[in-house]
Amino acid sequence: MTYFIEQTVNALSLGGTYALLALGLAVVFSILGMINFAHGALMTLTGYALVFASIEGLPFGLAAPFAVLVAMASAVVLERVAFRPVRRASGATMLLTSFAVAVLLQLGFQLFISTRPQIVPLPALLTTAVDIGDISIGVNRLISIGVAVVVLLGLNVFLRRTTIGLAMRAAAEDFDVTRLMGIHADRVIATAFALSGLLAAIAAVLWIAQRSSVDPLMGLIPVLKAFIATTMGGLGSLLGAVLGGLLLGAIEIYLAAYLPDAALPFHGAITLGLVIVVLVLRPQGLVGPSRELAR
Amino acid sequence: MTEASEAALAAPSAVTAPAPLLSVRNIEVVYDDVILVLRGLSLAVPRGEIVALLGANGAGKSTTLKAIVGLVPWGGEIRFDGEALAGRATEQIVRKGVTMVPEGRRVFPSLTVMENLTLGAAACADGKAMPRNRAEVFELFPILAERREQRAGTLSGGQQQQLAIARALMSEPRLLLLDEPSLGLAPQIVDSIFELILRLKQRGQTILLVEQNVAAALDIADRGYVLANGAITMSGSAETLRASEQVARAYLGAAVEAAAP
Repeated sequence: MTYFIEQTVNALSLGGTYALLALGLAVVFSILGMINFAHGALMTLTGYALVFASIEGLPFGLAAPFAVLVAMASAVVLERVAFRPVRRASGATMLLTSFAVAVLLQLGFQLFISTRPQIVPLPALLTTAVDIGDISIGVNRLISIGVAVVVLLGLNVFLRRTTIGLAMRAAAEDFDVTRLMGIHADRVIATAFALSGLLAAIAAVLWIAQRSSVDPLMGLIPVLKAFIATTMGGLGSLLGAVLGGLLLGAIEIYLAAYLPDAALPFHGAITLGLVIVVLVLRPQGLVGPSRELAR
Repeated sequence: MTEASEAALAAPSAVTAPAPLLSVRNIEVVYDDVILVLRGLSLAVPRGEIVALLGANGAGKSTTLKAIVGLVPWGGEIRFDGEALAGRATEQIVRKGVTMVPEGRRVFPSLTVMENLTLGAAACADGKAMPRNRAEVFELFPILAERREQRAGTLSGGQQQQLAIARALMSEPRLLLLDEPSLGLAPQIVDSIFELILRLKQRGQTILLVEQNVAAALDIADRGYVLANGAITMSGSAETLRASEQVARAYLGAAVEAAAP
């Protein structure tokens, strides 16, 4: 039982991080119909901003918000420079643009920073654990879960209570009519990217809090997982992204915890197998697409 | 006196007549680089009037509205309240006071009635306008007040049309463009929508109405334009058009009635 509770905390912690990443992808996808594979590069960038801020002597409590702001600003700049010119192009063009941006940023990190992992100094608190009875839980896991919950609640309020949040939900359903309300398309899209940058950065800080290092490819795998999570949840659905992220985190952690040793090498294959089972049962994802297909 | 000087003398009287709120002159719209959808279309919408734009499916009625709000690129001249709209983005045109209710209603289905209305007022700079406009809209459409927390997608077709019009009114438009408001609605609902449009006019609203339901549109309109193959083929007061044999034969089913025993 103790082991199960510990693993459940791990599942929520990893799933929460996947959920934030998947949400970042879904926010942009719901409005532009594009999966932004440069999302992972934003994570990596956040990591380097953390390293830079720490070298400059900022404590982690200030370095983390600084890194988040850097990622948000970068996301908005990327939209302006790379994605706006191809906004009216086909879906394939936008997808390839996002790959190109991802590769360019990754090469930039390798050329101008280092191909080797950089150490991110973490506050001692993050590496301690709390004991409740027999159960020992890492503080970083607890913080990870807490941050994910706060961000999800905050996002919910933002999308329901603010005009620009409402406009984003409207634009996901019908972009032309949103413009007919006098709402600036550019502003809605820039906000979507800022929001996705925020989500990528927070996920990156949580990711790094478990690993304490950054390398040029850091964002690649988690964003691939987030893509799987959004697909499993239902492309374009924000609720689906959260559910997909949590489910993927749970599948990965419980498999790693309970698979017999002989099957552990097939952990990844079994995970993807289960994802395929979900998609066969529900091809539209856990939550049907909120986007109208006829557009 | 030469003809030219007569024209010059006539000009001052044209100035004293009030300029139309919207004037469209010789606009052309090309789709897919080759298909000429509008070929030199001109029309004017005077203040406080309902102007009906009539014609068969595919004549270019909806395209005309889309051009006015800048959703399709066009050539020619469009002036709103004397100001040229060429090169303006949709968002800017809406903020100047031209609002379109698109064909097929297109309310935001997963947003509530209230949220739809809130977005309708997004173009209003005046923060106090929102509660005032909402109260006005709820007075015009009591059913929307009842269903304010309901998702728009769960409303009936007629209610969605009411919401689409209400959402447009939230921005206090000086010119309201209505694209086929009767489309797909039951006959009684259609009657109530047309009554409503007439009420809006009585409150001083200027309206450009696109309709396939020619008889109903001419009943409430002050004047009308008949569009075929992207050009105006007839125009005049609503009475003139109602009395016109050509309109009657083409759109009002007169030939069918005459053929019947």
